[in-house]
Amino acid sequence: MGENESNEFNSPGYDIPDELQAQVAVTTLDRIYNWGRRSSVWPMLFGLACCAIEMVCTAASRFDLARFGMEIMRPSPRQTDLMIVSGTVTKKMVPQIVRLYNQMPEPKYVLAMGACASGGGPFKEGYTVVSGVDQFIPVDVYVPGCPPTPQALLHGLIAVQKKVDTESLRQVRWYRKQASEPIPIPLLGPDLIDPRNPPRPQASQPAPVAEQA
Amino acid sequence: MTDKIAVKSAEDVAAAFGEAVQPDSRPGYAGYIVRPERLVAFAQALRDEAGYDFLTSVTGVDYLPEGKMEVVYHTFRTSGGQVLAYKVQVPRDDARVPTLYPIYPGVDLQEREAWDLLGIRFEGHPDLRRVLTWEGFYGHPLRKDWHEPYFEEEGKPFKNRWPDGRVYRIEDKVPYHHNVQFPPDFSIEGWVPEGDAAVYAGLGKVEGGNGDGHGLETDQVVVNLGPQHPSTHGVFRMVVSLDGETITGLKPVMGYLHRNHEKIGERNTYLMNMPFTDRLDYFSSMSNNFGYALAVEKLMGIKPPERAEYIRVMMAELTRLSNHLAAIGFLLNDLGAYFTPVLYALAERELIIDVFEAVSGSRMMCNYFRFGGLARDLPEGTLERVRELVFERLPRSIDELDRYLTDNEIVRVRGIDVGVLTAEKAIAYSAVGPVLRASGVPYDIRKADPYSIYDRLDFDVAVRYNGDVYDRYLVRMDEMRQSVRILQQVVKDIPGGEIQTGKAPYQVRVPAGEAYGRVDGPKGELGYYVVSNGKPNPWRYHVRAPSFINLTALSELCRGNKVADCVVILGSIDIVLGEVDR
Repeated sequence: MGENESNEFNSPGYDIPDELQAQVAVTTLDRIYNWGRRSSVWPMLFGLACCAIEMVCTAASRFDLARFGMEIMRPSPRQTDLMIVSGTVTKKMVPQIVRLYNQMPEPKYVLAMGACASGGGPFKEGYTVVSGVDQFIPVDVYVPGCPPTPQALLHGLIAVQKKVDTESLRQVRWYRKQASEPIPIPLLGPDLIDPRNPPRPQASQPAPVAEQA
Repeated sequence: MTDKIAVKSAEDVAAAFGEAVQPDSRPGYAGYIVRPERLVAFAQALRDEAGYDFLTSVTGVDYLPEGKMEVVYHTFRTSGGQVLAYKVQVPRDDARVPTLYPIYPGVDLQEREAWDLLGIRFEGHPDLRRVLTWEGFYGHPLRKDWHEPYFEEEGKPFKNRWPDGRVYRIEDKVPYHHNVQFPPDFSIEGWVPEGDAAVYAGLGKVEGGNGDGHGLETDQVVVNLGPQHPSTHGVFRMVVSLDGETITGLKPVMGYLHRNHEKIGERNTYLMNMPFTDRLDYFSSMSNNFGYALAVEKLMGIKPPERAEYIRVMMAELTRLSNHLAAIGFLLNDLGAYFTPVLYALAERELIIDVFEAVSGSRMMCNYFRFGGLARDLPEGTLERVRELVFERLPRSIDELDRYLTDNEIVRVRGIDVGVLTAEKAIAYSAVGPVLRASGVPYDIRKADPYSIYDRLDFDVAVRYNGDVYDRYLVRMDEMRQSVRILQQVVKDIPGGEIQTGKAPYQVRVPAGEAYGRVDGPKGELGYYVVSNGKPNPWRYHVRAPSFINLTALSELCRGNKVADCVVILGSIDIVLGEVDR
């Protein structure tokens, strides 16, 4: 390993002899575990709307993602680490998004790209738009913009990398004793039904059709 | 296309129907109002006797004050000329209209959309299901008395925001604190979701098992392609029934990106809608702006100055180039060349959207056009940059793509005679744009019904005659070359001057009436049907989306082909979900 890598890992507190600098690195288990994961985050090829085009442009040759180890964009959730929710989350699509999130193996991260995925965006008032994907799945990084420029998305991806750097093997959720629960899939009825918060029939609930003035 | 040389005019056909067909005499309106029982006969007469062989748009309008629901049909002749509108009026409470499906199969998805969003029942339609929302959705959203969960007021600007500016979170004021609403008597106990039973119902088993007579006992399999799939162009789902690898039936399912563009459009003011049009076909935002600006300028009766017209055409053609580059790249991605052609195409596209960023501030969502002109003039150095692109860089890169891709063995074998759409079928299915021109119909709005300054520019209509995937690819290559030709003329002749007629108002007052403004966008005819009642907000705002209507032909095109071909056929139609679902 070259000089740079050994500096990234080493906090030895003692000197490594010069002749061994190229062969020995002293580091902590957390650091090397995180280094391996953050340098090869594989995003899911999951583009919903306009932000997907900026994601494709970020992966293209001008704003290369490959230099971060992220050029493997697989459409199958079983082979990905990072779900970039790029685009407006509609009620019809939410069951599939939750299903895909459940199918991703741990360790998994979610990046909400754009205003629509973060909080509904310009379409927030719409009747089939969900105000942000974080109403259903946990989000790690939010990237604002409509659409975020490729530079902004790269900044967000570097933020994911930094978040991965702060994790510790003793505390990550996928090595806990109890298995993590999959998120229940929402249902499409008269409107979107979240099984964690189902609608209660209320007599006092105002009727959705407004009175004629 | 009709073989008859002498055709009647629409007025003569209308006169033959007497009382049943009346000219629309409301101020600002045009066309005819037809009685529902004579609709089918009138449409047939228009097609057969007056040569109006292309029905381009079917939409509904809810006239709540008069208690009427109106269905508006726009039609034109493929030989050229303006668009003719005719309408049917039915009572709101019992809105039933005969379907035009037997005459024009292209109304399939549009009538389903009118049923879904407005509750107009089309009698005789083979499969009237919801298309943009889901089965079981409560209500018909575009009706004027149907309010969305986050409803505040009928039209923006909302009184609490302007001029007082008291901000609150709408989630706090809504019963469920989320963007949902339920019927008053709805209870989750004992409720079973409807699911996709209706979608799978039509894809039944073919009688007699496998048709190839090999004596094997095989099964038909139903496969869902999408909405998450590496090669769908967005969240689009195709439900296919397969006999081995051959497709025996296909049903498209859309609505996964339905963002309520039209309902939000009715709440917005006219100018507020301009950035929302960017997000329809998100590859070609300048083109979308163009269509909307044309529609509202028709209502207002204004025209932009010369320099603005030249810059508009320049932006529209640059958009066409950027879109076709991406479309060809993604078509090659579908063919299996994975990402390499995409990288070549996107490298050129980046140079074009650098120009958009210089001019409007944003790479993709430009919001550059205004009613009567443009938002701002070209900054310093932009014209030189465009000149260098158009005369030096782009012709060479188009030739390079051509050299690599056009004679490639795999592209030819997988493209020729795959997904053939004949000219008659293309017209019947209301296919537009490169799909129509690759089938041998040389219809281009820029020549047939010119808008802006296209009648002064010298270019050819790109047309091919085989109607397969390879021809659609070649038509896009040809159109790129013609766009470069147009740009070279525009860059030479662009005049100086101002770029906005009069003073640009913040809130435009549009006189009452209706207008259908259309442009020949990169994907086809993008039309905007705007109905105004004099208020600052539109009464009805409908987008005639080319990608949505081009998909009516998809099941026809894919039947008999292999699964791998259906992905390529979808790529050659070149859809973008922002437009399909709106």
